[in-house]
Amino acid sequence: MQKYSGFGLFKHSLTHHENWQRVWRNPTPKKKYDVIIIGGGGHGLATAYYLAKEHGITNVAVLEKGHLGGGNACRNTTIVRSNYLWDESAALYEHSMQLWEGLAQELNYNVMFSQRGVYHTCHTLQDMRSNERLVAANRLQGIDNEMVDAEQLQKEIPSLDCSKNARYPIMGASVQRRAGNARHDAVAWGYARAADALGVDLIQSCEVIDMEISDGKITGVKTKQYGVLKADRVGCVVAGNSGVLAKMAGFELPVESHPLQALVSEPIKPFLDTVVMSNHVHGYMSQSDKGDLVIGAGIDGWVGYGQRGSYGIIEHTIQAIVEMFPCTSRVRMNRQWGGIVDACPDASPIISETPIKNLFFNCGWGTGGFKGTPGSGNLFAHTLADGKPHPIAEPFSIQRFHTGALIDEHGAAGVAH
Amino acid sequence: MTQQNRLTSGGRIDRSTPLTFTYNGKQYKGFKGDTLASAMLANGIDVVARSFKYSRPRGIVACGAEEPNAVLQLGATEATQVPNVRATQQELFDGLVSASTNGWPSVDTDVMGMIGKMGGNMMPPGFYYKTFMFPESLWDTYESMIRKAAGIGRAPKEKDPDTYDAINQHCDVMIVGAGPAGLAAALTAARGGARVIIADEQNEFGGSLLNSTEQLDGKPATEWVRAVVEELSTYDDVLLLPRSTVNGYHDHNFLTIHERRTDHLADIAPVNTVRQRMHRVRAKWVVLATGAHERPLVYANNDVPGCMITGAVSAYINRYGVVPGNELVVMTTNDYGYQAALDWADAGRKVVAIVDTREAAVGDRTEAARQRGLNIISGSAVIEVQGTKRVTGVSVAGLSASGAKVIGSVTKLKADTVATSGGWSPVIHLSCHTGSRPVWSDSVVGFLPGPTVQKQLTAGGINGQYETAVALQEGLDAGQKALAEVGLAVADVVLPEAKTLKVAAPMSLFHIPHLKPTSQAPKQFVDYQTDVTAAGIEIACREGFEAIEHVKRYTAMGFGTDQGKLGNINGMAVAAKALNKTIPETGTTVFRPNYTPIAFGAIIGRNAGALFEPERYTAMHKWHVEQGAMFEDVGQWKRPWYYPQKGESMQQSLNRECMAVRNAVGILDASTLGKIDVQGKDAREFLGRVYSNAWAKLAIGKCRYGLMCGEDGMVFDDGVTACLGENHFVMTTTTGGAAHVYEWLEIYHQTEWPELEVYFNTVTDHWSTATITGPNSRKLLEELTDFDVSNDNFRYMDWKQITVAGVPARVFRISFTGELSFEINVQANYGMAVWEKLIEAGAKYGLTPYGTETMHVLRAEKGFIIAGQDTDGSVHPYDLGMGWCVSNQKPFSYIGKRGMNRSDCTRANRKQLVGLKTKDPKQVIPEGSAAVLDPNGPKPLEIQGHISSSYWSETLGHSIAMGFIKGGLDKMGETVYYPLGDGTVIEAEICSPIFFDPKGERQNV
Amino acid sequence: MLHIYCPHCGEYREEEEFHCAGQAHIARPLEPEACSDQEWGEYLFFRKNPRGLHHELWVHAAGCRKFFNMTRDTQSYEIKEVYKIGEQPSVVAE
Repeated sequence: MQKYSGFGLFKHSLTHHENWQRVWRNPTPKKKYDVIIIGGGGHGLATAYYLAKEHGITNVAVLEKGHLGGGNACRNTTIVRSNYLWDESAALYEHSMQLWEGLAQELNYNVMFSQRGVYHTCHTLQDMRSNERLVAANRLQGIDNEMVDAEQLQKEIPSLDCSKNARYPIMGASVQRRAGNARHDAVAWGYARAADALGVDLIQSCEVIDMEISDGKITGVKTKQYGVLKADRVGCVVAGNSGVLAKMAGFELPVESHPLQALVSEPIKPFLDTVVMSNHVHGYMSQSDKGDLVIGAGIDGWVGYGQRGSYGIIEHTIQAIVEMFPCTSRVRMNRQWGGIVDACPDASPIISETPIKNLFFNCGWGTGGFKGTPGSGNLFAHTLADGKPHPIAEPFSIQRFHTGALIDEHGAAGVAH
Repeated sequence: MTQQNRLTSGGRIDRSTPLTFTYNGKQYKGFKGDTLASAMLANGIDVVARSFKYSRPRGIVACGAEEPNAVLQLGATEATQVPNVRATQQELFDGLVSASTNGWPSVDTDVMGMIGKMGGNMMPPGFYYKTFMFPESLWDTYESMIRKAAGIGRAPKEKDPDTYDAINQHCDVMIVGAGPAGLAAALTAARGGARVIIADEQNEFGGSLLNSTEQLDGKPATEWVRAVVEELSTYDDVLLLPRSTVNGYHDHNFLTIHERRTDHLADIAPVNTVRQRMHRVRAKWVVLATGAHERPLVYANNDVPGCMITGAVSAYINRYGVVPGNELVVMTTNDYGYQAALDWADAGRKVVAIVDTREAAVGDRTEAARQRGLNIISGSAVIEVQGTKRVTGVSVAGLSASGAKVIGSVTKLKADTVATSGGWSPVIHLSCHTGSRPVWSDSVVGFLPGPTVQKQLTAGGINGQYETAVALQEGLDAGQKALAEVGLAVADVVLPEAKTLKVAAPMSLFHIPHLKPTSQAPKQFVDYQTDVTAAGIEIACREGFEAIEHVKRYTAMGFGTDQGKLGNINGMAVAAKALNKTIPETGTTVFRPNYTPIAFGAIIGRNAGALFEPERYTAMHKWHVEQGAMFEDVGQWKRPWYYPQKGESMQQSLNRECMAVRNAVGILDASTLGKIDVQGKDAREFLGRVYSNAWAKLAIGKCRYGLMCGEDGMVFDDGVTACLGENHFVMTTTTGGAAHVYEWLEIYHQTEWPELEVYFNTVTDHWSTATITGPNSRKLLEELTDFDVSNDNFRYMDWKQITVAGVPARVFRISFTGELSFEINVQANYGMAVWEKLIEAGAKYGLTPYGTETMHVLRAEKGFIIAGQDTDGSVHPYDLGMGWCVSNQKPFSYIGKRGMNRSDCTRANRKQLVGLKTKDPKQVIPEGSAAVLDPNGPKPLEIQGHISSSYWSETLGHSIAMGFIKGGLDKMGETVYYPLGDGTVIEAEICSPIFFDPKGERQNV
Repeated sequence: MLHIYCPHCGEYREEEEFHCAGQAHIARPLEPEACSDQEWGEYLFFRKNPRGLHHELWVHAAGCRKFFNMTRDTQSYEIKEVYKIGEQPSVVAE
């Protein structure tokens, strides 16, 4: 792998950048792999990378029906945090957080992980109780999270309306200072490049149209472009299509796919150097290094695969943003788009065995997928390598929807992010 | 300052109304009818911006929504600042204040430009992914440097002084664009009797006809436009919206139109006027007549001020009477490019050359140029521009037949303006918004709208039809089709005569080659605003970013505020060439809303500030305000939280309120609790199915508390239900849960058990509820009623229909404080009157108003839960120690029964609700605190549960808390620890949650 | 934004008046106690979630407050039909 650095840039500038190598190959798939990963998004690519790097399994293909990182990986609002409520989720997201820290160096690709802090504002006594509970739990879980009062919050975020005049005056906030943003495309591309360098075949424009299953065991997948590709184990990581793939394998999932919209303003001079989210007035916002205000909207209440949602959601979201940041009223919204979130009833993901032997699913991340990318890939790689879940992933089995051992993170997931 | 580029006559400006405006602190003159851009060009302002990455000087390129460079800061005062205003779309008004946004010390002499020149080569696409990584600790520093360079304009620091609103509209036909096609469609639909809305982003209707000298019926085309607009204005059912951009096209033919009502008058809306308005339109049929955007060609140094597109040059001359230079070179791949040269020559300035990339193209426009004696250089291209802050000359060279290579020698020509045309791109943005993928057309050399499920028609330029006669006919056809679709008869419309010009075939060429390879040639810009070059796209392709989406994301092409209106197709062409593919093989380009950016204020309309969300008040709200109550937001309700008296701390108020209830009598406004009237012969059966406890034997006149669970067995609401008659009940819910419970009842009734005869009605707002509680409450009630309210006649958990203060009332003898209590429900209109009577009569009994906080303390002393505070969706009744509220004798498997018997719900060691008593009675455990068994163990510590409710109890003289502990109900007397944020640890003993009057004697007197 | 015909009110109204209550035609088991944990879990949580035609339960929440069924394409968002509770669809998802 060609190493990236400032010096490298200088060197290449002398040859007019004519000698940059490909970031990944464009291989023709082999007939048989040890592991096939369906889905070349952030999670799938991370899974492939960790399979190769930590488990030495390099005879791996990632099958992507479009282009790498072209689904939710490039449609999210890039928030990374680990301050989840329950021990199980806290362990999962903190595992991910620790991989985020140092990821750019590990991948030799600047994913621009910026630990600028994430605030959850509290507007009611119930908000305060929920956040105080979260902070207390996180402290014992070894996760940084703290409460700040409205006065302190106003000092830290001058553009936020912390006055008593607001419809729902801000009473305080919890803040995880290690949390922040990363550059979404770079995460997918960085993992792709690193996985490719370790020998993983990244097959783009390769759509899985059926599963090869006999005696309740998967032996491969059928693709539209390359016919049947055999594999000992298959991992399915296809946010936005999990239900479709599960149907191919003959089972249903406790997952529904909903539109989730987001929008950006035009680029303006930075005035917000952190991330602010409010579960109560239903809005959250950060400002990118380009100057765009990046705003997440809510989830539409119906199943939708169109990567579009309803306009009313956009209206409500911007109402919340202007309520919190009155200075944005004359700022202009540039673009909106939609992703497809696979949401589980308890707002926690599934990293699990399935009714089909050797077929594993990693799905249902809802709005938490981006922040979970490194952890998800790392744990799923372990699951695929061992044929059974990693201890951190164990509670996130499909079985929990039968036993009732749900990990209800609606409080922590709150608004979509 | 003189307007040196202004023509003495012609154009649609009003020379009798001069306007003054300010740009970068200097005053200039323009005329009514100008845009900010045309006025700047009239005054010879060349540099309007510095580019984002390389800090290169940039000038005005276009004349409409596609302009990438002239993006300015507007506003005379702090509160009226508007960032990122496109000068080409901003109408000039007197006193307009504008400024460029980048460049230091000024946009003309920018120090960063030097760095851009030197460092530019170090910034290929995606360079930031490849560097700033070492050392890891410095990323914050790198990032803060990057952020200093971010953004274009700035947000105001003050609150927006303007207001906005929205109108919902319905119509038969929504026509987008009022050029020849749109006007023909509108005229047809209007004459046919349809309800029509026609919107156009410009200040007046006419579209491309405003920019040309074209004739219709032998008269200037604008005459026809005027006549059509006049006729349209006479129809009641036709809404004409100039200055209105259809910015989004959503599913089921829902469109949003952003109307700028006052932006052309001032930077603040006149008094009693909204600045902007959104029209939310539901249209039966939509006609997209959005026209096309001209594509510039990609050539070396094509961003030097003075490089424009040909259509813009014509528009500035014909519409604004401004010639944006003295010596023009045109480069074109098609006949339309010639028009700029003809217009320039007509304006009396020098056309240096028309450089046509085609060999020997013969059309009516090329021949007109030839007849004028203009210098036409065929089979050639402008391969490079000279100059930095303004074009000074061009290099022209011959091209190979395919346009791929430079052949022959280079000629240098002196010029200050280069106008290019690479053909036109249909404005397909809106059709993409609803998920339709565009389709490439080789003959149009552009993308056309793809198949759609919307009821959508297209006409004119959007179909790649650029001749006026064809556009008019397509507009008429679309109008007739729409009429037929909505069931109206064919309209009688005769189109005006338009001269049809012969057009030679255009050449499919986007990127002009240079003598040097693209990687070594001077920069050839594809997307100006994001500083994406042809070389950059080649690098992206070389590195393996081959899907067009990858190319766009890696280079940032199309991510500017113009969303790649000029550059996207050129970029695709460059990528296609690099990858040896055709343009459609590289993918498609899909546009998302908005077509052009929209102020947040306009999107939210009136729903800001006080109208962000309604506030719900009880009938007694005014009294609470007068008493100086502090309020708590519960859902949309404003509830009194506590009533501080002068000089009291919050805790002192609570102590006083609590003691008044325990020792005398308190009064609480409980009106916000949800109330649902339940009637029907199966009402009782229904209650038994939705509550966990038994309802079969509840007698008329009695009340009962119930827990409501989901199918998963988890508690989600609770409340008291009273039996009013054999088939009549009234149910109370939590304040926040009322709407959800109501729908819960309906969904089960309508979808699962429609055979049950039962009806629900929400009556929350119909009643006002005053709860009087405390040992003196009976004495107080006796003062206001003749009814015998003695313990013998009015038992605990009874309700009575009596008269209180002369008003019919339902009085419930139930208690949430553990004291003797009466909940007095009267019709809401009488709420305040009865309340005031109670207050008056209560004075001698020490009646004290108390709020929700005291209510919480008092109920916690009794161990009563608050659904939503002591439940979180993960606890069933047994977890709450409320097995007494579960009946397993009921024949019907009530909602929740099966759920709470799943294996995880019946396992040992579930978190259970208990009381917690601190070792130090003065310490109050903060709510939310987490319990551990060993505070000194290694992290992560296993959390045993959390504190859900915790208070100082003045009654008991010690703190009290309720919380969850794993297996807590079997651990009475054991010790747990609560480590706090400050490092201290609170030690507490697990106990019963009932701290006060465990036998419940006080309420039974 | 969806434009929905309420079969009870007999007219088209805006989506803002409605909300979706999930997959249609999921009957509550008549004998919950006879269900295994597996079966109860499936009733509670497992859904078809198709890309294409889908039968959904909707309620005219800010209107007549009645529930009804809708057959809708989850890809194109076209509404194929609406029908009342207890009725069967004429356009059937696979």
